[in-house]
This record gives sequence, structure tokens and C-alpha cells, in this order.
Amino acid sequence: MHSAFTRCHALAAYTVSVLAGLTFVCFVTTAFRDYSANADINTVTVLVRNVPDYSASREKNDMGFMIFDLKADLRPLFNWNVKQLFLYLTAEYETPSNKLNQVVIWDKIIQRGENAVLDHKNIRPKYYFWDDGNGLRGNKNVTLTLSWNVIPNAGHLPILVAKGNHRFTFPEEYTTTKM
Amino acid sequence: MDSLFEDLRRMNKRQFLYQVLSFGMIVSSALMIWKGLMVVTGSESPIVVVLSGSMEPAFHRGDLLFLTNYEQDPIRVGEIVVFKVEGRDIPIVHRVLKLHERSNGTVKFLTKGDNNSVDDRGLYAPGQLWLTKKDIVGRARGLLPYVGMVTIYMNEYPKVKYALLAGLAGYVLIHRE
Repeated sequence: MHSAFTRCHALAAYTVSVLAGLTFVCFVTTAFRDYSANADINTVTVLVRNVPDYSASREKNDMGFMIFDLKADLRPLFNWNVKQLFLYLTAEYETPSNKLNQVVIWDKIIQRGENAVLDHKNIRPKYYFWDDGNGLRGNKNVTLTLSWNVIPNAGHLPILVAKGNHRFTFPEEYTTTKM
Repeated sequence: MDSLFEDLRRMNKRQFLYQVLSFGMIVSSALMIWKGLMVVTGSESPIVVVLSGSMEPAFHRGDLLFLTNYEQDPIRVGEIVVFKVEGRDIPIVHRVLKLHERSNGTVKFLTKGDNNSVDDRGLYAPGQLWLTKKDIVGRARGLLPYVGMVTIYMNEYPKVKYALLAGLAGYVLIHRE
């Protein structure tokens, strides 16, 4: 190694090799981890309205509204390869016009190092719960599930569903008052 | 560098043709690997580079994503999908927010970037309210950070791309193995 060029070249090649090796070790040591956990979901208020959906077809669609409680301990899910957990609460149901409907009503990002114990009461939804039609009123089987997407530094992007979902029913009558 | 030119002067026609053949082999191997990946993953673009910050802090500009597009594995809410809006070539990496599926199998999706405050209806084609299966290029399965920055630099400064390619081609053609 005599010239500056060969020295720089050797250094650069070594740096890239070490970084690549470290990334691979990060990936391999966490590739088979189990990222499951339990969650406790409960609805406090459940309403359904029938109003024009100005964000979509402008027809009158059913709009659901729920205030809910959420409790989960996600601390064991974090390791050196988990950059963040993307949590989302999904409402899943069936209507006469659609066999499967899934709507995310709330989400949260927890980064490594932040508080990973959820114990929230009376959470309001983050997103509007519009149905594609009028299938929410009196719907007897709407399931709320908490899921999370594990975002690693490098590697797989698995999605898991919490053990413990919550089923509820929408009322038979529309609500017309403001909430 | 001098030794390289010495090698070139010493080469005869046959050796030069052999070098050209080696170069051709390298290019074809690269192409075979890429096309093979397309078949194995079922996606027309199995590796994409994240171009915007709309999915921060999960993905940053320059991260590499590995995609699959299997028919038998239906897309569900919360999954990170890469889609192309009709008429535009840029792939967008966002998360599925809503999904409605009919009993005949047709599905419609609404997507939103984690770092955006509104859903993607403003990004879709005029009059388009939902994405369908054919708009989706694939689902993100794996992540490799920072590696895609090379592609971004090469696209933003095309001279760098041409210089790099010319240098590589020259090196392979001239250097004697």
C-alpha cells in the first residue's frame, strides 16, 4: 500500500464490508423473533350517522363513531433491530354489498426508546369511519383489532395482530345530534 | 493506471474479443438475476427505492424496499404497498388505510402515507377515488436502509451515472484477468 489512492480505496472497501456485515448480523439475529402480544380493547360509545360523504362519492353513506379504551404492553417487542412499531386499530365487518370491509380508525407510532405501554381511556378515532354504502346501522358483528407493523433497521417487515379483539354492534337508529 | 494501458497494448484481437465477451456475460447475468427476481416475487419491480419522506420515520429517502406481489396472499389494511397512479411512472410507497371487497373478488383500497396528514385521494388520477389491484406493484416485505441513495444520486445527476458506467465498462474491457 503505497499511494494515497490505494489506501483510500482499501479503507472505503473495508468500511463498506463492515457495515454490510453488521447489517446482516442485525437482520439474522432478529429474523425469527416472536412479536406477538395481548391487547385489551373496549368501546365506550358507539354511534352511527348517515350523512353525505364529501370526501368520496357525495352520496349519503353510513358513518360510524366509537369512543374506545385501549390497553396493551408492547415493551417485550422491542430489540436492537426494531426501529419503530406502527400500531393501528382496525374495524372489520361485513355488509350486504361488500363481503369484507376493513377501516383503520386510529394509529400510533412508537419508536424504540419511547413509552411502549398503552393505557388509554376514551380515545376518539383519528380517521373518519365511512362505510362504502349503508351497511353499518344495526350491524351486529363489527370487530375491533389492534395490529402492529414491526419496522426494523434492516430485515423483514412483519405485521401481527394482538390477541384479544373486541366485537360490538352498531345501534339500529341513526344519531342526528352533534357529538 | 499505466499498467492498464500496458495490458491494452499487449493484447491481440482475440484477447480483446474475449474481454468483450466477459463484459457481455456480466451484463447478461445482471439482467438474468433481475428478471429472475421479477418472476420469483411476482412483481414488475421487485426492488424499489423510497423517493420521498412521506413514510417517515419508518422509511427515509434512499431506503431500499423488497416487494412481493402474490395473488394468493390478499392485501389487507395496514400493509405497506407500492402503487403507480395511472399515467404516472413514479412508484409511491404508502400504507393501506381502508379496504372494501365484493364477493366477486374486486377490491378497492385507500392509502395514506404515515407522515402525511391526509389520505392519498389528492394523489390519485382526477376522478379516481380508490386504488384497485392492478394499480399495485407489490407489497413491501423487507427493508435495507441507505443503499438506494446511489440510485437517487445517479438519477438527479445523470453525468455521474454516465461517468460511472463508462468507467466500469472501460475497466472491464481493458483490465486483464
